[in-house]
Amino acid sequence: MNMKQDKVMTLKDAVREYVKDGSHISIGGFTINRNPMAAVHEIIRQRINDLHLYAHSNGQGADELIGGGCVSRLDIAYGGNGKYAATCIRFRKAVQEGTIQIEDYSNFQMTLRFMAGAMGVPFLPTVSSLGTDLVNVWGFSKEERERDPKIPNQKMVVMDNPFGGWMDTPKVVLVPAIQTDVTILHVQKADKQGTGRIQGLTFADVEQGKSAKNLILTCEELVDTAVLRRNPDQNNIPFIHVDAVVPVSYGAYPTACYGYYDYDPAFLWRYARYAKDDNLYREYLRKFVHEVKDHEEFIALNGGRERLAKIKADPITGYAVNLDRG
Amino acid sequence: MGEYTLREMMTIVAAREIRNGDIVFCGTGISMLAAMAAKNINAPESVIFFETGAIDSKLEEIPLAVADSRVMYLAATNGGLFDAFTTMQNPITGRHVIGILGAAQIDLYGNLNTTVIGNYIKPKNRFSGSGGGCDVASFVPRCIIFMQQEKKRFVNKLDYFTSPGHMNGSNGRKKAGLREGGPTVVITNMAVFRFDEITRQMYLAGCYPGITTQQILENMEFAVDVSRATEVAPPTAEELKILRNKCDPQRLIL
Repeated sequence: MNMKQDKVMTLKDAVREYVKDGSHISIGGFTINRNPMAAVHEIIRQRINDLHLYAHSNGQGADELIGGGCVSRLDIAYGGNGKYAATCIRFRKAVQEGTIQIEDYSNFQMTLRFMAGAMGVPFLPTVSSLGTDLVNVWGFSKEERERDPKIPNQKMVVMDNPFGGWMDTPKVVLVPAIQTDVTILHVQKADKQGTGRIQGLTFADVEQGKSAKNLILTCEELVDTAVLRRNPDQNNIPFIHVDAVVPVSYGAYPTACYGYYDYDPAFLWRYARYAKDDNLYREYLRKFVHEVKDHEEFIALNGGRERLAKIKADPITGYAVNLDRG
Repeated sequence: MGEYTLREMMTIVAAREIRNGDIVFCGTGISMLAAMAAKNINAPESVIFFETGAIDSKLEEIPLAVADSRVMYLAATNGGLFDAFTTMQNPITGRHVIGILGAAQIDLYGNLNTTVIGNYIKPKNRFSGSGGGCDVASFVPRCIIFMQQEKKRFVNKLDYFTSPGHMNGSNGRKKAGLREGGPTVVITNMAVFRFDEITRQMYLAGCYPGITTQQILENMEFAVDVSRATEVAPPTAEELKILRNKCDPQRLIL
């Protein structure tokens, strides 16, 4: 958090200021929707590494951060991209080749972990996963946990219900809070002070944002404070949590942004082809990330305005009706 | 009776399990299509619901991920993951939820692996992971499971235990502290399996037309009781018409 009145920054400066080698980080969105892709590419471009990434189901964003060599540790529930990758390809390769360390959770557990961080409590209970390997199999060893003050001393803890059988529940699983150094969310609208408005599903973005020491919002539109305050019930990110506001049109591309544009199926298929081969993927990173100045140039390289017209959201449905998605 | 594909058969067999009043938790692909088919064919008053937080989405086009903007259009409410999972964990609403899941491996008791083949730390094959699968399997009383009928998938021992089925048999869930329930049916490209009321072991409930019990058993590592198996009714012309023309006219899943 910071209490500046004007938090507008360039993406380059916001990433340089708040995302460091070794940072614990989370990104908003879910599989192929509203991932902060412009920011993901900027992180790769700045060659930030050794990140500890926390993800429930951040498909495209997580896959590119991993593929871009930025991640060394990962807490994750799901690495998939719907029809475009049943399992995210660079994620799969990195785990199989042992180039990242991973620990598995469920989507609800990751949500609760962010929520615990947002609430300022060390853990929250659930009845999910009792008796399974999510509880029993750890990715980070006891020794590593003891060495590193930034990860909790246990993965999860099973506990008898201390209130007896209250709520017909004999046992609970306690999942540890997450407090990230930085979280990056892409939202539809924000003002310069940092009030944010997410339209459509919020996924776990609000909890993630509030669990962060530093929160960067990238937004489709920077709007006047007066406009957002006309309907405060529609605003879901309070400015007091926010550190930087970065206007980036199409900042979630190639993932979708409800009410603005759809995901780009043609890009996602092309990406899958690059991702399957190490040499091609290096080529992808060079051509589309490292040698690109910014997100606008990235989009220009991928069909530019003509392509954006194809995925433009219909104002009624919020997605591109009859888009060729095969 | 016209021609139909195995995928169409699996979708319709699953749709028939869904009843009016059910809240259907579905994932991507064929499970989404089964939920849409049920809504359009046999259970118009079922509610399609996504872990991403959308309830009773309109689904004018088929979503290709549970976060697809298509699940947000004309939904009753658009919330988030917290709303979706607490709806299932809450026993008042949770007991009306039917889950639809898939897996890389399944065992005799319907326990699932969607995480790894081989060693956890450096696996031979890494899959997507639990997602919301383990949560659904832990919370709700009924689950439909889609599987490919292959020996490497119907295994004696899971390489990784992601989502709870009936644990190790009768009372297994209770002993683990889980809610009552567990998988009710396993639908494959050859057969339909259910779980014995007492032992909670999987048994063969039905074979698809032209498939023998022998063929099915050859495609499983463990043996199951086949004495209760009947022939599964193929999709009717009407079911196929709705599935093809109304649910997936663009053939994105079928």
